[in-house]
Amino acid sequence: MIIAVASGKGGTGKTTVSTNLALSIGKVQFLDCDVEEPNANIFLHAKLEEQEDVSVRIPEIDKEKCDYCGKCSEFCAYNALAVVPHNVLVFPELCHSCGGCELVCPRGAVRWNKRTIGVVEHGQAEGIDFYHGLLNVGEMQAVPVIKALKRKIDKNKHVIIDVPPGTSCPVIESITGSDYCILVTEPTPFGLHDLKLAVEVVKHLAIPFGVVINRDGIGDDKVVTFCQDQDIPILLKIPERKEIAHLYSKGIALAHESHEWHEMFALVFHRIQDEVST
Amino acid sequence: MKQLTVISGKGGTGKTSITAALASLAKNAVFADCDVDAADLHLIFTPEIKQTMGFHGLKIAAIDKETCIDCKKCFESCAFDAITEDISLIKEACEGCGVCAYVCPVDAIRMIERDSGYAYISESRFGPLAHAALKTAEEASGKLVTVVRENAKKLAEEKKRDLIIIDGPPGIGCPVIASLTGVDLVLVVTEPTLSGIHDLERILDMAHHFGIPAFVCINKYDVNVDNTKKIERFCNEKSIVVVGKLPYDIVMTKAMINQKNIIEFSDGKLSHEIREMWNKIQEMIGKA
Repeated sequence: MIIAVASGKGGTGKTTVSTNLALSIGKVQFLDCDVEEPNANIFLHAKLEEQEDVSVRIPEIDKEKCDYCGKCSEFCAYNALAVVPHNVLVFPELCHSCGGCELVCPRGAVRWNKRTIGVVEHGQAEGIDFYHGLLNVGEMQAVPVIKALKRKIDKNKHVIIDVPPGTSCPVIESITGSDYCILVTEPTPFGLHDLKLAVEVVKHLAIPFGVVINRDGIGDDKVVTFCQDQDIPILLKIPERKEIAHLYSKGIALAHESHEWHEMFALVFHRIQDEVST
Repeated sequence: MKQLTVISGKGGTGKTSITAALASLAKNAVFADCDVDAADLHLIFTPEIKQTMGFHGLKIAAIDKETCIDCKKCFESCAFDAITEDISLIKEACEGCGVCAYVCPVDAIRMIERDSGYAYISESRFGPLAHAALKTAEEASGKLVTVVRENAKKLAEEKKRDLIIIDGPPGIGCPVIASLTGVDLVLVVTEPTLSGIHDLERILDMAHHFGIPAFVCINKYDVNVDNTKKIERFCNEKSIVVVGKLPYDIVMTKAMINQKNIIEFSDGKLSHEIREMWNKIQEMIGKA
C-alpha cells in the first residue's frame, strides 16, 4: 500500500504526520519527495550510505553541422534554445528533455549531454528503508528528481510518501499511483482554503483520502464543518501545544517521545488499511 | 521602481501573514501574490477583482482516434510517458512539447491551448493587487508567476507606485525562481526549527546564486531560543542582516480569522516589532 501525505499549504505538518506514521508502522519504505526542501530525515536520522545522481539529457549543438536554420528554437516549447547569427544558445535550466530539437534538425546537429540536477540518497533508520531526493540549488525542475525517487518504490512494502506543498506538477508527480492520500491541514482560513485546493487535486486523481488536523484549537471550526459536509473522514487531530511545537523545533518525532502518539499513528494506519482493502 | 520578494524555502513560516502586515505599512506599493499554487493573500486583502485574464500555460496534445492508424510512434517518442500504449493521453503527464504531433504520420494529433488558470488585477484597501489561480492539476506555475509579476509592474507604472511587494511560494524550484529573478531584495521568513534552519540555508544559497541581496526575519523566535541563536550566528557569519525577531502570538491567527492583518487587528508587541522591522526594510530598499 502506498500512502501519500500532502497538504496544499506549506508548513501544516506533512513531515510530522509522514515520519510519525512511518515510525509507528515500522518496516516501511519512506520517500521524501519534497526534493526542494526535504526535512524528513531531520526526524528519522537515517544513515545515508548510498547516493545516486539524478541527471537529465540536454542538447548540445554540433557547430560543424549546424547551419542556423532556427528550426530547433522554433519547435522548442520551453524557449530553451535561441538561434542568433552564427550561434545557438542552449538554456539548460529551461530544457524539458523532450527530444524535439533533435527530431526537427535537418542536419543531425543535435547531440545529447548529461546534466546533473540533483541527487537521491538512501539509508536505513529503525527498520525504515529511507530515500530522499535533493534538487540542486538554482535548478528549476523538481519532477525528474521525484521520478527518480518513485522508481525506488518496492511494491512488497508499505510505502509512505512525503509530498511537497502546493498543487502543481511536483505534487501531482508525487501523489500519482498512491492508494491513499492523507491531507494535513490547520484550522485556519489559509489552511481551509488550501485544503479545498488539495481536495480538488486528489478527487481529480481519484485517490481515496482523509484529513489530519494539526495545531487543533488555534483557529475556528470551519475545517471540521467542511469535512463533515463533504463526508471526508478526519483521521486525527494533533492539538496545538507548546511541547509539541518545541519537540518539532528540535527535530524529535512525537512517536519517539510518547507511546501514546505511537499508538495513535498506528491506529491511523490501520484505519487507512481497512479503508483501502474494502 | 523597486521589487521586494518575501520567501522562505520551508512552507508555513508566515510569509503571507507578514506580507499582509507590511501592506498596512507600505504606503505607495503594489502587491503581487506569486504563490499561485495555493494563493492565500487575497483572504486578508479581500480584493475587488477589476480584471480577469485567462491563462494558457503549456499546450496539450489532442488525439483524433478516428484518424489514428495505431502506428504507436507517439507512444514511443513521448519523453513524459504521457501517451499510453493504446494511444490515449494522460493529461497530467503531458508537458506540451509537441513531439507526438510532429512524429504522427497522419496528423492525428494537434497541440491545443490549455486553460490552465486565471490572472487577476484587483483593488484593495492596501492598494492594487496582482494575483492568480491555477486550475486543479495544471502545470506551468512558473509561467503564471511571470504573468502576475508583469501585471504588478504594469500596475505600478500606471498608478505611479515605487515598490512592488511579492509574496513568494515555498520551495526553491521553478515558481520560486520566477518570483526572484530581477528583484532588488529578498526577505526570507524563517522559524527557529531544525527544518526551518535547513531550508533557510538552501534558500539563502539560492538568493546568492542569483546575486540578490537577502535579509532574514525570524518568525516565532521564542518557540526555540537556542535555535534562534543558531540562526543569528549563521546569518552573522554570512553577513546577512536579521531585520526582525517576531514573537509567537496567537493573535496572528485571530487576525487571519477576521480577514485582517496583524497591524489592523492589534496594537500589541508583535505589531510593534513588525513596524520596527518595516523601518529597517525601508532603509535597505532605499540603499538597494
